[in-house]
Amino acid sequence: MRDWALLGTVLALLSLATLGGQWLKRQTSMGLDGKAVDAFNSRIQAWWFFSIVLGISFFHPILTVVLFGMLAFWALREYITLTPTTMGDHRALFWVFFLFTPAQFVLVGFNMYSLYSVLIPVYAFLFIAARAAISGDYHRFLERIAKIQFGLFVCVYCLSFVPALLFLECQSTEGDESASARLLFFFITMVLFSELAQFLCSRLFGKHLITETIDESRTWEGVVGGAAATALLGSLLFWATPFKYLWQVATMSILISMMSSAGALTMAAIRKDRGEVRSGTLIEGHGGVLSRIDAICFAAPVFYHLTLVFFGRAAG
Amino acid sequence: MFTETLLTWTARIISGVSVRWVDSQPDTCQRVYFANHTSHLDVVLVWSALPADVRHLTRPIAAKDYWEGGSIRRHLAKVFNAMLIDRKEIKVHQSPVDMMLREIGKTHSLILFPEGGRSPGEEVGEFKSGLYYLGKKRPDLELIPVYINNMNRILPRGEFLPVPLLSSLTFGPPIWLEAGEPKIDFLARARDAVLSLKEN
Repeated sequence: MRDWALLGTVLALLSLATLGGQWLKRQTSMGLDGKAVDAFNSRIQAWWFFSIVLGISFFHPILTVVLFGMLAFWALREYITLTPTTMGDHRALFWVFFLFTPAQFVLVGFNMYSLYSVLIPVYAFLFIAARAAISGDYHRFLERIAKIQFGLFVCVYCLSFVPALLFLECQSTEGDESASARLLFFFITMVLFSELAQFLCSRLFGKHLITETIDESRTWEGVVGGAAATALLGSLLFWATPFKYLWQVATMSILISMMSSAGALTMAAIRKDRGEVRSGTLIEGHGGVLSRIDAICFAAPVFYHLTLVFFGRAAG
Repeated sequence: MFTETLLTWTARIISGVSVRWVDSQPDTCQRVYFANHTSHLDVVLVWSALPADVRHLTRPIAAKDYWEGGSIRRHLAKVFNAMLIDRKEIKVHQSPVDMMLREIGKTHSLILFPEGGRSPGEEVGEFKSGLYYLGKKRPDLELIPVYINNMNRILPRGEFLPVPLLSSLTFGPPIWLEAGEPKIDFLARARDAVLSLKEN
């Protein structure tokens, strides 16, 4: 029952947002920035995509893990394409793509938290550095390995915590089989809604830019307003979550919103830096997959971990 | 047929290639596609980027010593319908250009890498003269420049393990050999035609 209610709520929200986006597109007299409206609409599209993917997770968790694995692979591909690597990195990159990326998602699929939570930050990071050293190329060594490590961390490690939510068991929902699918659905809804809310708040009340060198539209008012709106929506979806009290849902929602903003800003910094160096045809449009998952990447591991610590089955 | 489908899809997936035609369109008329060369996969890549009907009329020029090494490569060369040229035994009475023209007749097109070998980095080396003689003996052939971007990072020289990054292929507008144009000028112009697609 609660599954369908959540699904229905999200679909209603999405339809509303889609209609709003289409309406904004036709308003030529309001002096709206066409690029901003397009960005808004492409976010809604991404939201539709994720909602459909997550609809599947109610029926088949492994399929969701596989889909996110493919998403991570593609995001990493875009990231490394944007980032200059040298011949000395080649072999390290091969193992990053064909060993560590699939292994991370296989471990998530088997719910081996104690392994997948350290596979990349311990084993992969040490391996990358050692493999790059073996190649004998020491030029800009630290920069090179940091670039690969960060890419693997954000695109694969962080993203893998999204499907991992499907296997997270909480004290309050023990025995409820679809509770974790709802948790994942709730999380994605919060991230994508917070992006939209932040965008709208920035447009309506935005005065103080966070940093004009990276993002000319992201304002402090947008971040605060977005977090407030997300907290409100989170509270309304309270019944779908494993959290016990309203303030807990609100806090988690604010946290998700804050992490989303941080993620979007960080990835914008990377794109900006690389975009100035390599303006090319390799990645058509504005970053493709990478720019659609930036917010999710930052919010997922934090949300997973805090939920596990405070509400997980093992927690006291 | 099966190997062909498998190959074109493998090449597309590994190279994540996006194909663009700038001021030219795929066509079955006789052409010489000439591209910069940075990876073993280049031949497969350009060949699989062409629409099937054009592809079946297009023969890549490949080095005999490499593509006859081992039964897999030999089979692949057959699938591409590659024209194998002996790099070591180039003689006056059996010049490769004459052989190419004889083989393509009035129907086939060619894929050619005028640098001769693969260049190590992103640079495009000086062009060898084959393209000039092709243009001179068959002025009716359209010479289409092709720029291959990022393949040197996907499968660089001396590597056999690919890293699946994204690459792009750009086909440019045709050029022809001008009447009385000196060899050096033409080869420089052809090289510039390839390089100019990089910025596009």
